[in-house]
Amino acid sequence: MSKLLILAEHANGKLNPATAKCVSCAVKIGGDVHIAVFSDSGQAVAEQAARLAGVSKVLNIEHADFTDPLAAMIAPELAALASGYSHLLAPSSMYGKDVLPRAAALLGVNQVSDIMSVNDARSFTRPVYAGNAIIEVSVPEDMLVAATVRTASWAAAEEGNSAEIEQLAAQSERPSHTRFVELQSEGGDGPDLQTASVVVSGGRALGSAENFELIYQLAKKLKAGVGASRAAVDAGYVPNDMQVGQTGKIISPELYFAFGISGAIQHITGIKDAGTIVAVNKDADAPIFELADIGLVGDLFQIIPELEQALD
Amino acid sequence: MSEREVMEYDVTIVGAGPAGLSCALRLKQLNSELNVCVIEKAAEVGAHILSGAVIETGPLDDLLPDWRDNPPPICVAAQRDEFLLLSKTGARRLPTPPQQNNHGNVIVSLGALCGWLAPQAESLGVDIFPGYAASAIAWKQDGSVSGVVIGDMGVDKSGQPKDTYVEGIEIHAPVTVLAEGCRGHLSKQLIKHFSLDKDCDPQTYGIGMKELWRLPEGRVQPGLIQHTIGWPLDPRTYGGSFVYHLDDNRLALGFVVALDYADPAFSPFEALQQFKHHPRMRALLEGGEIISSGARALVEGGYQSLPNTQMPGALLIGDAAGLLNVPKIKGTHQAMRSGMLAAEHLHQQHQSDGLRSDGFDQALRGSAIVSELKRVRNIRPGFHKGLWFGLANAVWETATAGFSPWTMRQHADHTALQQNLSVQRDWVERELPPKDRLASVYFAATEHDEDQPVHLQILEPDVCLTRCAEEYDHPCTRFCPASVYEMVEDEQGKRLQINAANCVHCKTCDIKDPYQIINWVTPEGGAGPNYQNL
Amino acid sequence: MKVLVFIKRVVDYNVRVKVRPDGSGVDTDGVKMSINPFDEIALEEALRMREAGQADEVIVVSAGTSDCQQQLRTGLAMGADRAIQIDTDKPLQPLTAARAFQALVEQQQPGVVLLGKQAIDDDNNQTGQMLAALWGRPQATNAAKIELSGDTARVTREVDAGLEVLDIDLPAVITTDLRLNTPRFVKLPDIMKAKKKPLDVVALDGLVSDAGNDLKIGNWSPPPQRGKGIMVDDVAGLVTELKSRGLL
Repeated sequence: MSKLLILAEHANGKLNPATAKCVSCAVKIGGDVHIAVFSDSGQAVAEQAARLAGVSKVLNIEHADFTDPLAAMIAPELAALASGYSHLLAPSSMYGKDVLPRAAALLGVNQVSDIMSVNDARSFTRPVYAGNAIIEVSVPEDMLVAATVRTASWAAAEEGNSAEIEQLAAQSERPSHTRFVELQSEGGDGPDLQTASVVVSGGRALGSAENFELIYQLAKKLKAGVGASRAAVDAGYVPNDMQVGQTGKIISPELYFAFGISGAIQHITGIKDAGTIVAVNKDADAPIFELADIGLVGDLFQIIPELEQALD
Repeated sequence: MSEREVMEYDVTIVGAGPAGLSCALRLKQLNSELNVCVIEKAAEVGAHILSGAVIETGPLDDLLPDWRDNPPPICVAAQRDEFLLLSKTGARRLPTPPQQNNHGNVIVSLGALCGWLAPQAESLGVDIFPGYAASAIAWKQDGSVSGVVIGDMGVDKSGQPKDTYVEGIEIHAPVTVLAEGCRGHLSKQLIKHFSLDKDCDPQTYGIGMKELWRLPEGRVQPGLIQHTIGWPLDPRTYGGSFVYHLDDNRLALGFVVALDYADPAFSPFEALQQFKHHPRMRALLEGGEIISSGARALVEGGYQSLPNTQMPGALLIGDAAGLLNVPKIKGTHQAMRSGMLAAEHLHQQHQSDGLRSDGFDQALRGSAIVSELKRVRNIRPGFHKGLWFGLANAVWETATAGFSPWTMRQHADHTALQQNLSVQRDWVERELPPKDRLASVYFAATEHDEDQPVHLQILEPDVCLTRCAEEYDHPCTRFCPASVYEMVEDEQGKRLQINAANCVHCKTCDIKDPYQIINWVTPEGGAGPNYQNL
Repeated sequence: MKVLVFIKRVVDYNVRVKVRPDGSGVDTDGVKMSINPFDEIALEEALRMREAGQADEVIVVSAGTSDCQQQLRTGLAMGADRAIQIDTDKPLQPLTAARAFQALVEQQQPGVVLLGKQAIDDDNNQTGQMLAALWGRPQATNAAKIELSGDTARVTREVDAGLEVLDIDLPAVITTDLRLNTPRFVKLPDIMKAKKKPLDVVALDGLVSDAGNDLKIGNWSPPPQRGKGIMVDDVAGLVTELKSRGLL
């Protein structure tokens, strides 16, 4: 039977929802699912992880050096833990993408990146060419499966479990060649449009550069990147580099809001790989509703303030 | 601005199409010592090339005798010709015009063919520079052409240099060969500057649109060549379709409309889409998928419109000169032959009194290239009087091999639009992709950095909102196959918005605009469509 | 200090990639090939280091058939001093690539190794991290800013929560993200100069033996079409729906 170890992602004592999505993938693969939490004091996070349905054990590995879990620190720990496991998983967040390949190389295995679906315990599908093609990838028998899980493809595991929490000591040498300096969150510009997990975009319906302020405010509240349709860029409401679409940026956030964007193919091309698309438009026949996962017909000048309030 | 850096060549060729590449190859075959370069505005050779294309193989046999051992990527032997007159739901077989007999010809992708010719030219030592636009003419003190100026790169919307700014260099050569294809941006300037067209009729044009499809197994009959006339065009509009069956379940289809159409409300793009919904076509296409699409203007003026092709320091070849044979629906063989002729002429000059453009026009007019055009000169103008006269006239002109004592005249396309014309069009609901022009542009994979000066210059913007609004109701929003021109109304009022990034470099706007106030200039090198196998 | 930049030849990002009907891969016949855009940013950064006097030599490396010499020549035209082609006719998976790069890194002894955060064909995002692991050196992935000072580098990285700043000892591996810089245009005369710059070819098996632990790539398929979703009536409905999907 498979035995799977998931690398938990967390910050400020809170487990990142990406971990719960990773658990869903692990449950689909099937087997004994464990979660490893690395931190300076991880009990709270470990308890959150233990509540996730399908998890049988949480390993809590605390060390003063794990305050900021750097890839150079965590990868050797993971590699050391991996010996008892058939699968090593991490969410394909920036963090998982940083750590897991380093661990896989130490273990001498190739990694499966961005699992979308599971065929069997050793065979998966994943996107390539920016989501324009899906391939089947299988891992040879007797080789550890190291993989990242495309969070947009998986729902979060339910809560309501109480798995065992085991305390473990750090096992490997911790290199001093990599030193954390600081995390600059809430930077002036907000997250980069290209890599943000949430993006809020506005179209020509905003009507002016001043009105675009509504979009910026909502984005700030959602810690989202800000994008725009080409029509909004051409009308001069926002600069070029905010354009999402075929001739702008092609993005794949987990959550995408399109406000007052009609959904010309040139825009749609830029977002077709997004996890969930929310569209708000006055025109019920706008093509954007053809591909939106959640649509709302209405006036964005009313809806955006209401949504902001609801988020408070 | 500093003095531009200069590179020197013996011959500079503008445009890596069939004419330019044949010229380059032939020059190096004749004299490997000559320094020859080819400038190409597409990011890659072939990416801006769009053609049917059924080609005659004679020029290839001459240029590369062993080409059949290593044929171009798409190369299907012609098997059978069909010529059909369409009504909205029916089709009648007509005898194939003799000019359109394709026995011995091959169906190719002209883009892929150029992509295949380029490395062969490079292996002979030709320097090919894709991704660089020849944006202006460099002049000598004596008023002759000294070469071309490569466009600056890294310039922002307002014309200011960005961090990445690179000043374009000049490329000088004793002779610059313009092989830009139809309505070349530099050729247009030179024809005007040297009044090269003072003794000929105005050039006339068509717009050709093409789509490449992949069909379900079993539908394609490789080598089948179909042409249609009739529906969805009205009898006064000249044009028709082509459908070429390739290998690997691929089908090339397209539609050509002469740009002397009169109805300002007419949309050539819509005509192509309508054609695809004729019952015969629809049955063929349904369930298939579109792979790529694009559009390009073509020359139709022929013999009467042929300008003087030489000027001090420069030559015109291929469709930059206007050598396409309309009744044959072919220009590639003419382009290649004119390129080779230019090379041979320059080589002779080089051996006698140095590289000069003198004498080329005479050589061209004395060649089979121009006599081929002369023979068919009255066929296309016969259609000015409508489809039925045109067909009857074509029979006459063919039977007499062009020995009619008269030559019919050509008129400039931009004068052809008529006000208050209402043409009833019996058009159908569409379902096949692409849904609209933006969807079509997607398959052209066109790409322009948005932060650069708009490369479609409106010389008198007021005309759009005044005269044009009244007289023709903005035909630019319909003749452009890429939705570049859009009238928008917002808080700032009504205005013409130019979506320059959609442009597929077809040049239709530069030709058809009734006031001749749209000036197409080269955007940053490497921009434009990225055609795949068109 | 030497800077080593690894670049990959990939289908140009403007090409509309299509899966072949038989599921054996994507159509690459006659499509435009380019330097992976993230690698191009890496090369640009290396050139800026040299222009700032922080590096003496920029070496550009690619693995593949002789076709990838085209991209190496472009790299040389951008300004790299010399190029190395790791000759192999099989596509390398990240671990094999990292092993080959490690062997080359140990030969060349660079102070900084730069490469893109991922290739836009296989989208793996692994090779840089794997190289750092095998080499036993620091990694800074997704760099948005790199400041060199002596034997260390301060790297600002794109992370989900914002920007993370790391100090790393050199030599190290840095992978580059979009915001780091805008690559330069190649000047036409530099294309001619690049033809004369050195380009060495080394055989893959001279660097690394085939480990035989490749993943098996099976069938290729086009992405599933997005289905039509649901409509909600008001903001409350929207918020409920987003919460139920774990998105708020």
